[in-house]
Formats: sequence, C-alpha cells, structure tokens
Amino acid sequence: MNELIASTAAELAEKLAAKEVSSEEVTRAHLERIAEVDGGERGVHAFLHVNTEEALGVAREVDSLRAAGGDDAAELHPLAGVPIAIKDLIVTVGQPTTAGSRMLEGWMSPYDATVIKKIRAAKLPILGKTNLDEFAMGSSTEHSAFGPTRNPWDLDRIPGGSGGGSAAAVAAFEAPLALGTDTGGSIRQPGAVTGTVGVKPTYGAVSRYGAIAMASSLDQIGPVSRSVLDAALLQELIGGHDPFDSTSLTDSFDTLAEAARNGSVQGLRIGVVKELGGEGFQPGVEARFREALELLRGAGAEVVEVSCPNFQYALGAYYLIMPSEVSSNLAKFDGVRYGLRVLPKDGPLTIERVMGATRAAGFGDEAKRRIILGTYALSAGYYDAYYGSAQKVRTLIQRDFDAAFAQADVLISPTAPTTAFRLGEKLDDPLAMYLNDVATIPANLAGVPGLSLPGGLADEDGLPVGIQLLAPAREDARLYRVGAALESLLEAQWGGPLLSKAPVLGAAKTGEVN
Amino acid sequence: MAEITRDDVAHLAQLARIEMSADELDRMAGELAHIVDAVKSVSEVAGPDIPATSHPIALRNVFREDSVGHVLTPTEALSGAPDAADDRFKVPAILDEE
Amino acid sequence: MSDPTLSFDEAMEQFDPVLGFEVHVELNTKTKMFSSAPNAFGDHPNSNVNEVDLGLPGVLPVVNKAAVESSIKIGLALNCEIAEYCRFARKNYFYPDTPKNFQTSQYDEPIAHDGWIDIELEDGEVFRVEIERAHMEEDAGKLTHMGGATGRIQGAEYSLVDYNRAGVPLVEIVTKPIVGAGRRAPELARAYVSAIREIVKNLGVSDARMERGNVRCDANVSLMPKGATKFGIRSETKNVNSLRSVEHAVRHEIQRHAAVLASGGKVTQETRHWHEDTRTTTAGRPKSDADDYRYFPEPDLVPIVATREWVESLRAQLPEPPAERRKRLKAAWGYSDPEFRDVVNAGVMDAIEETIAAGATPAAARKWWMGEIVGRAKVADVDPGELGVTSEAIVELNGLVEGGKLNNKMAGQVLDGVIAGEGTPTQVMEARGLVLVSDDGALLEAIDSALAAQPDVAEKIRGGKVQAVGAIVGGVMKATRGQADAGRVRELILEKLGVNA
Repeated sequence: MNELIASTAAELAEKLAAKEVSSEEVTRAHLERIAEVDGGERGVHAFLHVNTEEALGVAREVDSLRAAGGDDAAELHPLAGVPIAIKDLIVTVGQPTTAGSRMLEGWMSPYDATVIKKIRAAKLPILGKTNLDEFAMGSSTEHSAFGPTRNPWDLDRIPGGSGGGSAAAVAAFEAPLALGTDTGGSIRQPGAVTGTVGVKPTYGAVSRYGAIAMASSLDQIGPVSRSVLDAALLQELIGGHDPFDSTSLTDSFDTLAEAARNGSVQGLRIGVVKELGGEGFQPGVEARFREALELLRGAGAEVVEVSCPNFQYALGAYYLIMPSEVSSNLAKFDGVRYGLRVLPKDGPLTIERVMGATRAAGFGDEAKRRIILGTYALSAGYYDAYYGSAQKVRTLIQRDFDAAFAQADVLISPTAPTTAFRLGEKLDDPLAMYLNDVATIPANLAGVPGLSLPGGLADEDGLPVGIQLLAPAREDARLYRVGAALESLLEAQWGGPLLSKAPVLGAAKTGEVN
Repeated sequence: MAEITRDDVAHLAQLARIEMSADELDRMAGELAHIVDAVKSVSEVAGPDIPATSHPIALRNVFREDSVGHVLTPTEALSGAPDAADDRFKVPAILDEE
Repeated sequence: MSDPTLSFDEAMEQFDPVLGFEVHVELNTKTKMFSSAPNAFGDHPNSNVNEVDLGLPGVLPVVNKAAVESSIKIGLALNCEIAEYCRFARKNYFYPDTPKNFQTSQYDEPIAHDGWIDIELEDGEVFRVEIERAHMEEDAGKLTHMGGATGRIQGAEYSLVDYNRAGVPLVEIVTKPIVGAGRRAPELARAYVSAIREIVKNLGVSDARMERGNVRCDANVSLMPKGATKFGIRSETKNVNSLRSVEHAVRHEIQRHAAVLASGGKVTQETRHWHEDTRTTTAGRPKSDADDYRYFPEPDLVPIVATREWVESLRAQLPEPPAERRKRLKAAWGYSDPEFRDVVNAGVMDAIEETIAAGATPAAARKWWMGEIVGRAKVADVDPGELGVTSEAIVELNGLVEGGKLNNKMAGQVLDGVIAGEGTPTQVMEARGLVLVSDDGALLEAIDSALAAQPDVAEKIRGGKVQAVGAIVGGVMKATRGQADAGRVRELILEKLGVNA
C-alpha cells in the first residue's frame, strides 16, 4: 500500500511542511485509492460523490503557496494540503448534498456550512462526500437511498451508522480525515466497528450551521480519523464560536492537539459506568474493554466504578426527543422550494397532495417511521407523557453525569455493545438496530463530549471493538489527553495501529504491497 | 401493547403529509406500537419536581445585531426550485380556506 | 349566498357581545426576525431572502436583538408584565408560504403578558381592554393565486410564492375576552385597533400602515343572552385590515350570530373570511384536529432572559404615550376642543402632523384634511389615508393657492386629479389647463367691460355701497371662466372706482 495513504494526517502535515511531498501527490494518492477500492459490486462504497478536480485544484494552490515561500506559506494552516472527506449531511457549494436521501438527489447548496468555510480557508482538499443513513437516521448506513457502505474489515458487514461512509473511508485509507455528525452515536459507533477514531465534541463546540438538522438539540459535527492526535487537530480546525449558530459556545477549544501530544493518565480517576455493560454486550467486546482498564491501571490511573441509574431510560428518552425534533426538522422537505417533487398518480392536483406524494416517495422507511413517531409524541394529548417526560429524563441523565464526574475525571465504556454485524441482519428489526446506540446516546442527551478509539479485535469474530471515553461538558481536551494515552498503550501492545491488521483491499490484494 | 390503530397512523400521516398505502398504515401501526411500548417507561420516571431540559448546554440571550447581511439573488434563491415562474416558486393549486 | 342577519338593534335587544382581538404588528427592523436579510416591502420577488428565509437544508435561526427590544417596548406600552424568562416554540403545520413548514413563534412563554390599555371612544367615554399576551413570531411569505377568477384561492390553477416577507418580525397582541361593550362593540373594535396602531407607530417600532399589512387584525366575536355570564361559541374573522372593516366585520358577525341564535341554531366555531366588497363574512374551515400544531420549544434558539436593568433601560426610551401626545399636539396646533376631536375622530391626526412637518401651517393642514380630503374619503367609502394624498402633495397644493396660482375652486379640482393618480398638483394643474388669470392687464379689460355692462351698479359702489361689488366680480369671473383670483379682482374694481375697501 502506498505509504502516503497509510500516513496519519499529522504525519502528512509534517511531510508537506518539510516539502517532502506535495499536496497534489497526497491528494492524487487518495483519489487513486478511492478509484481502486470504493466502486464496483464489492467496493467499500464510502463515497457518494468524488470531488476530483476541485480537490486537485486546492492541492496545487497549497503547493504553489508553499513553493513561493514568504508570508503566505508561513501562514498556511498546519493541515493545509491534507485531504479530507465530508459526510454528505454537510452542505457544500459546488458538490451535490443528498443527506443520503432521494429527497435531495442532485441538490446543490448555494451556501457552505460553517465547517466547510473553515476547511476551505485552511485549504484542505475536499475529496468528496461520504455515504450515510438517510438524514443520518440509522446505525448501519443501510438506510442510505444510494446503497449501503461496506465495512473494510469484512465487506459483508456494516460500517456502522449513520456515518458509515466517513468511518469506512478513513478505515479503508481513502482519506486520512473525515467529518461526521453525531446525534446518538453516528460518529463514535462507526468508529468502533471500523477500528477508527471518532469524536463527538461538547454540544456547541463545533458550529452546526450547514449540517442538515436531524435532531437539533442532539446533533454535533465532529472529527473522524485514524489517530487521536488527528482528531484533535481537526476539531481545533472546525471548532470555535459561530454567530450563525445560536447554540454555539464562546469557549475556546485550542488546547486539544496539545493535550493529545501529552497523553497521560497518571493519577487520573477513570469511572467505569456500571450500566454500560453486561447484558447485551458481546463477550469479545467486554474482554477487550477489561484489558484496556488493566492497561490504564498499569499506567497509573485509578479505575473506579460509578453508577448512572437513569441511563437505563436514555434510549427511551432519545427515541422520543429525537423523532420529535426530526418530525419538525424534516417538514421542510415538501417539493416546493428545492429537491424532489412527485405528483400524485391520480386524483386532483393540489399542493397538499403533491406534498404527500413527494414525501411518500422521497423518504425511506426509517425516516417515515421516525417522522410518524415524532408526530405522535408531540401531538396534543401525548406531549406531556412523551416529549415532556423525555425532557425530564434528560435532566436526570445530566444529574447522573454530574454525580459520576464528581467521582471520576473521565468515564469509560465500550462504544457499542457488539462488533460489526452482517448487512441486512437487523434491517427488519428497528428496535434491535436502536440498541446499537445504547452506550453513546447518554452523551448526546447531556451534551458532554465523547471519544471512541479502537480497543482491539474481538476473539469470536476478529472484528474491531471500540472504547468510549466521556468527559464533562467543555472538557474535550481531557478526552484527547486520556485517549492519546490509551491509544499509545494499546498500540505498544499491538506493535502498531490496529488498522495495520485489517485485511488488504482492492488491487493491493494481488501482492502489490507498498 | 400500546393502542395505536391504523386510523391513528392515518391521522399522523396526514399531519406529517406523508401519503401511505393501506399496507404501509398497517405495518406502521404495528411498528409504532412496538416502539412506543419500548420507550413508554420514560413517562413514569420523573416526577413533577424535575425540570425539563430542552438544551443540553444552558445558554441565554444569544442575539444578532440588526444589520443587513448577505442575500441570495432571485436566481440563486430559485436555483433548486422544482418549478418557478416570474422569479417566484410555482406550486399547484391550494385547497383549504375560502 | 350571504348568511341571514338580524338587525343590529334587534341583536342588541337580545344579546351581549363578547369580543377578542389578535392583532399582528409587523416590526420595522432593518432585518428579519431570524436572519440578516433585509426587512423591506414591495421589492422584486425573492430578492430579500437568504438561505435562512428559504428554509434551505442546514440553516439555523439567530434572534434579532432589535426585534426583541421592540417587542418589549410594545409590552411596556401595553402595561404588560415582561417575562423574566421566555422561549420560542415551533408551531408545526404545512403551508407553502411557510418555508420550514413550521412557524417559529412563542407558545406558553410569551415575552409580555397581563397588560391593559384604556380606549377612548368618540364621545370621550373610556373603556379598558385587558391584554392577555404579546408574543414574538415570524411572518410568512406571500402567495399569489393564478388562473381561475380574480386571484382568489378558489378555482386558482396554481399559486406563486414570494418569500420576501417570510421571516419579517411580528408581534401578536392578544386581548382577554372583552365583555360589556354592548352596542358600542363595533365602535370599540375600531377604536381598539386604532389605539394599537397608534401605540406601535408612536413607539417607532412599526410603520403601522394597515393598507400595507403592517397591522392586521383577527376579530373574535361571540354572543350570550342578555345577562348571561357564560360565553357563547365564537367565530374568528381573519385579516380584517382596515379600521372601517374592523368595525363593519364586528357588526356583521354580531348580526349573523344573532340570527343563528335567535332561530334556535348553534354558532359554528370556525374561521371566517371578511369580504370588503359585500361587507360580509364567509366560512373558512371549522376548528378541528388539523389545528394540532405540535408546539415544542425551538431547540435551535436559546431562552431570552429579560433582566430588570434591560427592561428599565427600554422603558426609559419609551416616547410619550399617545393620549399625552394628543394633549400636546392640540396645544401646539391651537385647535379648539371640537376642532381637535373632529380631527381625531376622522383619523387624520397623524396625517395632519405629517403635513405640518412637511411645511404646512396647522390651519392649512386642517383646512385640507378636514375641509377637502375627509369628505372625499367618505364619498369614496375609504379611510382618508387610503386616498393616496401625500403630505408633500398637500403642501404643494397649498403653496399654489397661497401663491395665487390657483383659487380654492380650482384647487379642489387639482386635488381630485391627484387622487385620481394624474400626478403631482403642479402636473395636474398643467395637464388640466387650470391657470388662474392673474395678469392685471387682462383682468382690467374684463373689469372695464363688466363695469360698462352694469353702470348702475358701478354708480352704487362709487356712492359707498361696497357690498355691491360682488355683482361686478361675478361678471369678471364669468368672463374669465372662473380662472381669476376673485380677491384680486375685487381689489382692482375698488381701486378703479376710487373706493377704499
């Protein structure tokens, strides 16, 4: 495998700064990798759109600025020239944005998301848009209207979701970095099942402006990468206060990379959440998790058990709050201003019927299920029992976190209860699908940051296991410090990154290794 | 099992403007009842003394100054429109009212 | 087909009306409620929008601080409590003029609540109206119905949507039920809306032009048998958008309800549409579960906390209240009590103030508005402001008269031309060839002829009977076909005859 695509973003940034390689070479290597492994019947299918010309244009611009030297070169962002993939829920000028839905097939946004503006300003070539469950609703990327993404570890398995495309792209070395969005685990759970790193920042740490809303009070954009340091570098780039997002925090998050470079757990109290384990958790997942705890103890951390009794209601609260917000956020897709318009097959042609036909044809089953569920939860007579109660449970979950963080500096749990399951395995059982997010959802309800990093391979299936770290709101740096420490402990044990154990994909299979 | 009838779903689908076939209504009624059963324990957890949390991080008074920012041109505004005429979005007849 | 009605007197013998109003006020901020696109009326379609106003995928709202401050000022002027903590909520319903298919509004947490205003009726009687709430929300876009008959929604083949108005800040002012107005209910309705309009205009927070939809009224009417205390079933008449219409709509609804109830029927709870041409209402859709708006707190916006300091600093900025303003204007203009009351009742106080500001004297402004325009408005059956006569036009017209270019009779014709849309007073004067003969030479010739034609009258005048001059003046005016300045003619005759006036 080409050494360039095996490098982390931080390594690429160093090589670019030292002019050892050009951004055009790096970008081209990734585009070639995409061409090699992404398409075809057994392709990874991480990308819905590949942005070749624009990406190469930005790469050449960075190269010429570097070549010219002077102030312009000195002022380049450290990640300038390092390519990135974007979850197709985030709007981009010049490339289609579909949200994984027929509803927006071919739609071109006339504006850029705030995170895209930052990425363009820092001159990271955008490789393309990655696949996702429709409107980010799902845990397997099988709910994409444009076909599922495959897990690079086993092409018959799911890459997680909703951000399966971004996680698979990074795991398959199609991109060193990607953006995801996380409403109930859509960055962290795909990270866990693909052996990559994914972070959901503190709610408000990264602007949501331009991320197509699923559930406004839960959504957060975050980094997807192959190392904790890369995630930190990317969060620093995309984060910061945005006046276009009323829920954007004014706090600065500029010590994340520094924290990742100084990973340490010495003297730290790490809380194991009693409720996030046991029944429903695969033995191989629990085994790797316990080993990680041992490593942390060995490195000087104090591991304590904490209890968050209300976490048992988190899934229920989530599946009331999320669909309620979904039902309202997705109302705008009606065939009037943009996107799909479908005319009723027969009967009178009225706008009401056009809206009904458009939404019937444009939304997939899962989107419809959540819209109807949310409409039910908000409707007169049920609001107090459902939406109102769920918002109260949210308070209880925040209180559980407060109590837990009084006893521990960070919390730890498996990211997902199982490793990657087979494509189609849970597609007909919504409730089984929802359980994938049982450990990730509490962080979204409380707004606290969460990081998932690879924890090894499960004995029973040889597939990646994810370990989740949670910190108090605004303490994202703490996650990166602990995450980087655990990452180096694990990699020391494995003798390298977990992804080096992944099966070889594409033409490289024929023996053309590096 | 929660009582969610096919008529209930038909009403919800009407509120949500999603045309549904008879089969879809039946299937959705079953699924919905199943999901509601799984989540309804939520309504029994918190007493009246527990405040509701609508925003995960409590902020207040986030405002914008009243100064004009960018606008789209009519062409940009209408660029994604399924149908348009005279720089306006064109929609089929509206029933309702009058 | 119009509904049967009872006469107003019959209705009042049997029933007591209960009123309620929801008045929407468009704020005149520079930008919209939740986006930085311009808040401007009448521009090219879809030119004052950005991605937020169109509800494009991914957009988020941010609250306009000036709109919040204007809303608090309205609350204070209505003697309301200002909520220390309030939130926006989403009101979910599908309609093509609503870009997100929900309206961002306020539900159970309005920014202002529990206020009152005193309404002074024409004869000076004061009626207190209790305000339930004033809350913030955003306006919808504008639909134009095409094909079919006369732009009505009924029978239209398709509609066109312009989102320039989408997101314009609104304050909705809701009254508590108004009981005890009796037969003065229609008059009170008009006076209430007029008072709200006056208050928001005076605050400077709205242009308050009803003809432009800056102030829009939904009127609720119900009847209960005389002496009863339990309210009847109400109808809600939507978009009654002039002061006269408000009065007529309330009167019509009282008469319609009375006919239903008197015949043993039951009033339907429904929205009604007002038709200015027939002065009747027709049924809209009945209230049903289609009104399940599924309100919930807007997750994309954070709460507003109005601190005491903030509210007090806004209170300190409030202009003088309209009642005090009236007292002051009356004194400044030097009008008598009946003169001023007539001005107020005719609804032209603001117009006169504008006309004076544009350069007219108080006496001249009153002469034009009360002497000329109000009468013409009555004939045309519209509000005086709706005739389209600007302050500038009045000042110009008045200048033409005072400068001797027009006499009063000709000025009246010019005013008709201005109202007919023929142009500015000068343009109308020229186009209609209305030129006052002021050339003394031409006048003297005409005077000589007139004196020669009536020598006996000339003799009387010379003999001191000055009042007889009218006959000669009349002759001159006839000869000049009215285009002479009668005052000047009189002077010249007396001069010629050597008589001191």
